[in-house]
Amino acid sequence: MTASLSSSEAQQARASESADRGFRWLTAGMGFAVLIILGATGASMLWGGRLAFKTFGLHFIVSADWDAVNHQFGALIPIYGTLVTAAISLIIGVPASFGIAFTLTETAPRWLRQPLSVAVELLASIPSIIYGMWGLFVFAPFMAADVEPWLNDHLANAPILGTLFTGPSIGIGMLTAGIILGIMIIPFISSVMWTVFNAVPPQLKESAIALGATRSEVMLKVTLPYTRNAVVGAIFLGLGRALGETMAVTFVLGNAHEFAKSLLMPGNSIAAVIANEFTEADSPIYTSSLIALGFLLFVVTFIVLAIARLFLYRLGRIEGARA
Amino acid sequence: MNALILRRKLFDAVMIALSLGATVFTLFWLAWILWTTVTQGASALKLSIFTQMTPPPGTDGGLLNAFFGSFMMVLLGVVIATPIGVLAAIYLAEYKRGTRIAGVIGFVNDILLSAPSIVIGLFIYELLVLPFGHFSGFAGGFALAMIMLPIVVRSSAVALELVPPETREAALALGLPRWKVTLSVIARAARPGIITGLLLGVARISGETAPLLFTALNNQYWNANLAAPMANIPVVIFQYAMSPYDNWHALAWAGAFIVMLFVLTLGILTRVVFRQGGRS
Repeated sequence: MTASLSSSEAQQARASESADRGFRWLTAGMGFAVLIILGATGASMLWGGRLAFKTFGLHFIVSADWDAVNHQFGALIPIYGTLVTAAISLIIGVPASFGIAFTLTETAPRWLRQPLSVAVELLASIPSIIYGMWGLFVFAPFMAADVEPWLNDHLANAPILGTLFTGPSIGIGMLTAGIILGIMIIPFISSVMWTVFNAVPPQLKESAIALGATRSEVMLKVTLPYTRNAVVGAIFLGLGRALGETMAVTFVLGNAHEFAKSLLMPGNSIAAVIANEFTEADSPIYTSSLIALGFLLFVVTFIVLAIARLFLYRLGRIEGARA
Repeated sequence: MNALILRRKLFDAVMIALSLGATVFTLFWLAWILWTTVTQGASALKLSIFTQMTPPPGTDGGLLNAFFGSFMMVLLGVVIATPIGVLAAIYLAEYKRGTRIAGVIGFVNDILLSAPSIVIGLFIYELLVLPFGHFSGFAGGFALAMIMLPIVVRSSAVALELVPPETREAALALGLPRWKVTLSVIARAARPGIITGLLLGVARISGETAPLLFTALNNQYWNANLAAPMANIPVVIFQYAMSPYDNWHALAWAGAFIVMLFVLTLGILTRVVFRQGGRS
């Protein structure tokens, strides 16, 4: 009797052990699925773009041709547009985010901080297609009617900036797209900034205040140096978003394949070209070139986001070690 | 000395004012975008939007087939992403916490979290559209699942890590097998956090357009077959907004308004659930 009981107990233990092992393997499989997805995304686009890479080689990246009729494709114009719009977005988004984070951590009354941060985060939850529609129907006409004529009148003769702001006031173009991107990335950058600004040990700030530092001096000389890594990470995070954003810029960029020095001229970006032309691509080399563009975008955003995470993780580790 | 103090105070005042300006600047855009969507959307809102199909140019119609398609694909996305995401999070938080492999997977997951959604669309096109030769609701749902997955993994892992170790030890001390402890004790304790992640994920994917452009494509007619191209709100908004027809523009605004209302409501709901989770 005791023997049979112990053998059934042993059986039970074995069954539960194998169930445990099975569950463990199941979770491991799902965990590694995350890695596989990233790898497969890159690999599938390299595979889909192989025809373009084989046909054009390195020329694909430096060529400005985009000729569907003669099957000549180059990525230079979309790459240029992606970089220019992302740069404009950072010029707008980074100072604005810093200002918000400063206001939220130092100067805003306490009762206002929570509602303010929620409002800024709302910007992140608005779907990008709504930014795009608003950009096309409201913001672009506003730019064309009010902002761009002013830029033409006042900045066109400036020494270096002049060429950037000379052009027809059509509203659709790289400046408009860059501004919209700038608004879109503000919540991503500012939320990281105010989180880390709030995490600065109060003793550090208080000792600076005790020495007679003003609030801006505390921010610039204590808080900012202390959180430097995370701030850089936040900016790269915003850059990653701006580079890959699709719908908001597709509406307002104008899908032009000519090189334009002026920011007021229509342009293109990698994501916008793919969104605009993929379902219309009528030859294998055309489709392949678009997927190759997607591969380039994937590689660039991967690098930018990896840099962002490395900077943010370094902060996490320091905090973890202190805790 | 006095001049120095004056200069520092002035600098401080200027910086505070500029920062306040930046905050107002940002809220101004938020208000402008919300205002546009609400006024344009509300004026285009009619009962027929919920009862009729997407119309050909020039005639009147609704968005019923697009709502249904979006619902089906978001549902498919949730059904795929939830088990994979929660199990992956259990692997990271329960079995491999603090190890190098968990670090690598978490790192990759965080990259996927902000990866361009159009790239995911291309990936699913290569995976599920090209081999079958046609666009489909399945492909759309899978693409949405890919977008949602990293959100579920991240928030579930954070929620699981917050469960106090004593809970785990107490359950294990009862002699329960590990999988049972994990699923019925720890996952249950982490449920508010996991649900928050799911709601965030649904909010994110219900407005996603780029990954659907060349996976689900669009469909002018009623279609409940996931194996065929499916209408969906974001792509309909995109096509109608880009069209030259006024009645299509109105439908696009109505769709945008409803999507935004849905997403913002989910956002508020998330906060409520999250608060409850924090309290218990």
